Amino acid sequence: MSAAKRSGPKSKVRAAAAKPKAAERWELRLYVAGHTPRSLAAVVNLKKICETHLSGKYRLEVIDLLANPKLARADQIVAIPTLVRKLPPPVKKIIGDLSNTERTLVGMQLVPRR
Amino acid sequence: MVKKSAVRSALPKAPSGILGLDEITGGGLPRGRPTLVCGSAGSGKTLLSIEFLVRGVELGEPGVFVAFEETSEELAQNVASLGFDIRRLSAQRKLLIDYVRVERSEIEETGEYDLEGLFVRLGHAIDTAAAKRVVLDTIESLFGGLSNAAVLRAELRRLFHWLKARGVTAIVTAERGVGALTRHGLEEYVSDCVILLDHRVTDQISTRRLRVVKYRGSNHGTNEYPFLIDDDGVSVLPITSLGLHHGASSERVSSGITPLDTMLGGGCFRGSTVLISGTPGTGKTSLAARFAEATCRRGERCLYFSFEESPGQLSRNMRSIGIDLGRWLKRGLLRLEAARPTIYGLETHLAFMHRAVRESRPAAVVVDPITDFTLTHSLADNKAMLMRLIDFFKSEGITAAFTSLTSAGVHPEQTEAAVSSLIDTWIVLRDLERQGRRHRALCVLKSRGMAHSHDVREFRITNRGVDIGDDQPAPAARPAQLRKRPGVPARKREMP
Repeated sequence: MSAAKRSGPKSKVRAAAAKPKAAERWELRLYVAGHTPRSLAAVVNLKKICETHLSGKYRLEVIDLLANPKLARADQIVAIPTLVRKLPPPVKKIIGDLSNTERTLVGMQLVPRR
Repeated sequence: MVKKSAVRSALPKAPSGILGLDEITGGGLPRGRPTLVCGSAGSGKTLLSIEFLVRGVELGEPGVFVAFEETSEELAQNVASLGFDIRRLSAQRKLLIDYVRVERSEIEETGEYDLEGLFVRLGHAIDTAAAKRVVLDTIESLFGGLSNAAVLRAELRRLFHWLKARGVTAIVTAERGVGALTRHGLEEYVSDCVILLDHRVTDQISTRRLRVVKYRGSNHGTNEYPFLIDDDGVSVLPITSLGLHHGASSERVSSGITPLDTMLGGGCFRGSTVLISGTPGTGKTSLAARFAEATCRRGERCLYFSFEESPGQLSRNMRSIGIDLGRWLKRGLLRLEAARPTIYGLETHLAFMHRAVRESRPAAVVVDPITDFTLTHSLADNKAMLMRLIDFFKSEGITAAFTSLTSAGVHPEQTEAAVSSLIDTWIVLRDLERQGRRHRALCVLKSRGMAHSHDVREFRITNRGVDIGDDQPAPAARPAQLRKRPGVPARKREMP
């Protein structure tokens, strides 16, 4: 499924990036485990990106797995931190502290690859 | 620094519950530590580890199975054929299955990360199930899903330490690598116990083998042991050669033919090994069946491995000479196991025979014949297998009868040279042509530990059974009138 989506026409991605619909809702979930420097960095980096690119049309939920371990299973979380783009579909995952803004934007499909 | 001997005696083990594996490992896997099980695709890693968990539940130790390759539904279907109902065990919360999927195409990596998510999931699963046993199958899949190998390595190292700290007995499975035990060198991290599974096909015959590569702080068998996977799960054949430690009974058991017992000075020893060799049609199977019948008559169980005739055919043929095997089959004293020698490798045969013996606990075993194995296997392999078989029977105190076919034209005492040293009592059947008639002749070539007759006696097969005459079969050198006529009661006579 995912492979098919990925190999889909690039133009689709580009179109989505070029003119995001006004009504488009972004639902993001950031999984962290405790207040480690890496987790905190991820939260800061993500908020910065969202404010810059998605201001007013996103919802961000930060989930601490140490407090809610059973949530890890549903979203297939292995690496920490993991950012899950729940909406718009398809679901995308970006792992790491999101320090590389360019790659994060690509991963979130906010900008086209390359 | 603790003394080595102290470590050895202090190392606690968790019984795997897998038939044979606990014997090889001297009690099971290292308790509270991870064990690495490696092998190529299809070598039985998943099945072995699932059985480890299922048996653990039976022993009162709940388990967690972290599947990296199959969903819990697929896993349940796959192991149902082995008689494991893991759906029921999960419903009872004794076995928790967590399917971990890492799909590279869905994941973008940016910046630093660790595998704390996996740790959290595993920790949560262990807590939920109050697990004592954990399986990670196959954790190396992470290398396919995540690109930062350095991070993965560091995290796996941390994971194995963490498992140890949690005190769970764990199995970590890994794919066999080229020129190394595992593809990603996991053997560096799991250092307590490493088990290698192998599945080889030689001459179109497949054999599964298991080897304990390493077991820190413990003695273990170092050989390759054949193992089976069938509807009862995994069973490892723990013997290669048990050595010569078995006791020796001086109790005699009847061969089923009174004159033969007399020739042996009262029967063969219980727990000894008897070889019946002869050219085609000399009555090897008849003699063996008589031995089986005699065992059942005593009220003892007998296990008959037939490699040439189906159970039905054997019963019919023996009925024609007055040996009613069906009666003993019905009463459960006799068990017939028939298989073509060529369908399995030697080791697999050995493993099947081993398991059949373990199941039915016979007092006597017949293997009819052993020679068919030479069709597909080398003489050296054959001898090694027979040695293992004989050692096993002896250690169990089982009286064993083997039949062996001597090819026509070959000296009857030559072909069995490979096995004769392993045999306690050797009965040779021959075909003699005298005065236009074929006669069967029997002699005891050797019999350890007893004064046996050196006579060559006539051996008769009639519709009333098998019998042995009191003298030589029709020696041509003698005048005809001095020969014993059939039907005339024979006198005991001195050998010339």
